[in-house]
Amino acid sequence: MSQHILTLCYLIGSVTFIVGLKMLSNPAAARKGNWVAAAGMSIAILGTIFLYKDSKTGAYLHNYAWIFGGLIIGGIIGTLSAKKVQMTAMPEMVSLFNGMGGACAALISLVEFDHVSKAIAENNSEAFIAFLQPKVLIIVLGLIIGSVSFAGSMIAWGKLNGKVKDFSFKGQNILNLIFLAIAIGAAGYLVYVPEYHTLLYVILVLSLLYGVLFVLPIGGADMPVVISLLNSFTGVAAACGGFLYDNKVMLTGGILVGAAGTLLTILMCKAMNRSLKNVLIGSFGGNTATAASGGSSSQGVHKEISLSDTAMIMSYANKVMIVPGYGLAVAQAQHICHELEKILTEKGVEVKYAIHPVAGRMPGHMNVLLAEADVSYDNLLEMEQANEEFSTTDVVLILGANDVVNPAAKSDPASPIYGMPILDVELAKTVVVNKRSMKPGYAGIENELFFRPKTSMLFGDAKKVLQDLCAEIKNA
Amino acid sequence: MESILNFIEANQQILYIVILMIFVGIEVIGRVPSVLHTPLMSGANAIHGVVIIGAIIVMGNAEESNYLAKILGFLAVVLGTLNVVGGFVVTDRMLEMFKKKK
Repeated sequence: MSQHILTLCYLIGSVTFIVGLKMLSNPAAARKGNWVAAAGMSIAILGTIFLYKDSKTGAYLHNYAWIFGGLIIGGIIGTLSAKKVQMTAMPEMVSLFNGMGGACAALISLVEFDHVSKAIAENNSEAFIAFLQPKVLIIVLGLIIGSVSFAGSMIAWGKLNGKVKDFSFKGQNILNLIFLAIAIGAAGYLVYVPEYHTLLYVILVLSLLYGVLFVLPIGGADMPVVISLLNSFTGVAAACGGFLYDNKVMLTGGILVGAAGTLLTILMCKAMNRSLKNVLIGSFGGNTATAASGGSSSQGVHKEISLSDTAMIMSYANKVMIVPGYGLAVAQAQHICHELEKILTEKGVEVKYAIHPVAGRMPGHMNVLLAEADVSYDNLLEMEQANEEFSTTDVVLILGANDVVNPAAKSDPASPIYGMPILDVELAKTVVVNKRSMKPGYAGIENELFFRPKTSMLFGDAKKVLQDLCAEIKNA
Repeated sequence: MESILNFIEANQQILYIVILMIFVGIEVIGRVPSVLHTPLMSGANAIHGVVIIGAIIVMGNAEESNYLAKILGFLAVVLGTLNVVGGFVVTDRMLEMFKKKK
């Protein structure tokens, strides 16, 4: 009887994952969808704890103290860190949690392989080993994918919070492929000869190394794509667990995320008009990009504008378009930005936001951030809409955005971001760029826009500048 | 050749699930607006936390004297829970911001 209930639990879990994911892709139902999936997950977890029986011995699970201890510790840390994290740090949080899932899958593989090698030590007849081979294959696959996902996510996390710098050397791609090839070769050998269990640790180390080296050379601007890809990797690793235990809910959940994650990765690449291969091998922001732009860094002079002048042109404008970028997120300036919008609106200025699909560190990052500051949905323009409205805009205020307004994406075929759709801010009458310094953006390339005659630079931290700007406009 | 056919025969249920789920996964998020990319990624991230079930099975089957299995299993349960709980809570926080506007 209990096994029938467990099957039902897993069925409910699988259905809620599909329904939840479907609801998550629709703005009105998204939040409910998240909870639907969470409820299904809880049912599946509780069902496993109390109803799962080992297929061989028929015994229920034991070690309840350990299980609940782990659940409680993980639950508390997870809830607290997710509640405390600032909106700007959300992307790295997702990466961190993704890494935890990958590590979990890798650990399961380690323990299960230990069981297998013990079983072989007791009975090493050929038939028994042949029977275990598919199991070993799944275990090793889970180990490789889980470790790559863990190591890669940790590096992505470190990159997004600035702890890890871009790093690449000549022939890195080839070295990476060699590591991966050796790991896969070792995995193949291990499946063939499962007794040779030290190989498992070789595979583990190589997979971790591969994960690190795979993400290290990729620039921060491409991190969302990488995280999304690693996310689908972890999905596949979870599905390996599903194979291993013949567990349908792990299988459906894992494959579902693996497939959806892959599609999402491709959609994100499309938003930037780049191919996945280009992101992974073309290592944006690596040495090549800096070298290519080195020649153009000395071109022209930029023009600065004072706060009071900025306040002046903005309060006498008919229409102001704000282009938010990562600088706004880092400075936590979304609230004061909304304040500026309100002050200007009171003065009869039309204020809109132009949101580039990949502004910030993740697609949709700016929408989340501005929504937090109560900015109305209707004032957020997507790229196509915004590009239509720039020609009727008097002042464009760029807050810490760089690559998404770089005209080189249109004009310079040698530029690493060539082909990425950008916001045509130059159609507007005046462009004011707020940045902390003249340093290039995350892609590591110079922005010609800053040297154009229409453009003026307003240096400083976004939050500080906006506060001063609000005060100036109020007094004017 | 025969062993491959035997494998397909023996695991046909699982293979059906895998193939159908690939199509479902692609179909289900095919029309997501770019605004929702980040929350969707985060939600999917929480869903693959289903790997926790494997961790629970490992932990619950660990024998009294098998310290390796116990320690690694415990670690796996903690990490898996972090993935699930953290994932759902972060996603909810992101979506909460959208909801206020309606």
